Amino acid sequence: MSVLVYVEQVDGKFKKSVFEAVSYAKAIADKQSSNLTAISIGNVGENELKELGKYGASKVLNVSNDQLKNFVNQAYAAVIAEAAKKENADVVVLSNSFSGKGLGPRIAVKLEAGLVDGAVELPQLDGGKFLVKKTAFSGKAFAITELTSAIKVIALNPNAFGTKENVTDATIEAFNPEVKSTDLAAIVKEVIRATNKISLPDAELVVSAGRGLKGPENWGMIEELASLLGAATACSKPVSDADWRPHEEHVGQTGIAISPNLYIAIGISGAIQHLAGVSSSKVIVVINKDPEAPFFKVADYGIVGDAFEVVPKLIEALKAHKG
Amino acid sequence: MKILVCISNVPDTTTKITFTNDNTQFNTSGVQFIVNPYDEIALSRAIELCEGGKGTVTVINVGEVATEPTIRKALAIGADDAVRINAAPRDAYFTAYQIAEYAKSSDFDVILCGRESIDYNGSQVAAMIGEFLNIPSISIIKKLDFDGSTATIEREIEGGKEVISVTGKFIASCAEGTAEPKIPNMRGIMSARTKPLQVVEAKEIAQLSKVQQFETPAPRGAVKLVPAEDATKLIDLLHQEAKVI
Repeated sequence: MSVLVYVEQVDGKFKKSVFEAVSYAKAIADKQSSNLTAISIGNVGENELKELGKYGASKVLNVSNDQLKNFVNQAYAAVIAEAAKKENADVVVLSNSFSGKGLGPRIAVKLEAGLVDGAVELPQLDGGKFLVKKTAFSGKAFAITELTSAIKVIALNPNAFGTKENVTDATIEAFNPEVKSTDLAAIVKEVIRATNKISLPDAELVVSAGRGLKGPENWGMIEELASLLGAATACSKPVSDADWRPHEEHVGQTGIAISPNLYIAIGISGAIQHLAGVSSSKVIVVINKDPEAPFFKVADYGIVGDAFEVVPKLIEALKAHKG
Repeated sequence: MKILVCISNVPDTTTKITFTNDNTQFNTSGVQFIVNPYDEIALSRAIELCEGGKGTVTVINVGEVATEPTIRKALAIGADDAVRINAAPRDAYFTAYQIAEYAKSSDFDVILCGRESIDYNGSQVAAMIGEFLNIPSISIIKKLDFDGSTATIEREIEGGKEVISVTGKFIASCAEGTAEPKIPNMRGIMSARTKPLQVVEAKEIAQLSKVQQFETPAPRGAVKLVPAEDATKLIDLLHQEAKVI
């Protein structure tokens, strides 16, 4: 038996969430006294592949195939399922990223495996049971889910487990299973990625603003604060509904759920739907002029005050702090 | 064009989530159920694509008879007919299998659903159906247009988007941006009562996962308030106490 982890690459590099998935998979392998194999698809250099050893992968299957240059979940799932069979894997781990969400379910069906997506903790292996804790009800609760299948697939939430070094010298092995043309029916025409912005699901720090900002023209100070912190920007639903900010910035129950280390909410009252998407943030700061705003009830730190006065002061204080 | 839209029956977004039976069951008492908001986006886009006689929209739900008001709501929004697979959904694998089996027996060009359900937050069903039917599945899309039989789709990725082209059958899960959710009008509500709703019995398949217990998040301690004029203090607290910056 072994544990297989899929390591998603972006332009030949691995992100922190990938090293988190490797660290998590290594911890499972240790619990089961088995080995960890990673599988990388796409053109990744040897040095970058070796990095996976740092977090405990003892073997890396490297699939370098021009047909698989772009992510096509149908074809990638077939390759990963093949690798799982070859490695006799009983647990397959991947990141619960946008691509991971399209991939995990296809792998699960191919392997007739139970799937937990949005895992936040290591599995508990009590009395022969395999239990995984995952987020449910948009962050309003957690569900302890039992996987009863022989093979298990787990998609790990970003920023839930952290990275743990476990230095191993990873051997790199080329892996080239046949790719069926029917698995490549979806054709990627274009990939557009902003390189100068931190992506919200990956962000460790997030600065978010709501209707209290009064209009899209006032987001300059939010962006300045975010850029000083190295944070991503986010917004509430009314703001994205009014097209003040793009939909992909909307966090909350019908937007995206995030769990950064720090979430700063400015001019957001804290409706239950918004709280659902951000309540698993490690530290929450609320800035609102209404002392009765429900958001203060779930905040760690708060400032009761007008955003237009408080935010510029915060920017000044942060500049001073950074020296 | 024939479009199948999968809808899930979920608690209203304002619901306070509580559990019963030693935290093993979701407490449905007093809870209002709605069409999963993301599925509503998928349904709205399907209706737009079929407007003016360009096609038909069928909604499908895996649920017991109690979900029929939610199905009628989808018919009121503008679906032409509905199918209910008569079973309590056990997990995504079960739900996806039932829908895939139904889709095999009918000739749909496109299957749409929401990016995830807001109860169990699995984004599993779409890609599982794709795998059961061996067709492409595109998860978390923001845009869907057709030029003849070729679809152009925008999918969300971390920090950007991907443009994908598919010719032939596919399934996609829709996120915000794909369409503005439609609100049923009076005529829609009246006609929904008489639109066909077919009930199909579920097929057996192995259960691979089961929720054993629920937990609610641990409450946070009381908020530490910092005076509005003392921004430096907040920065210090975040640096020294919370250690997040």
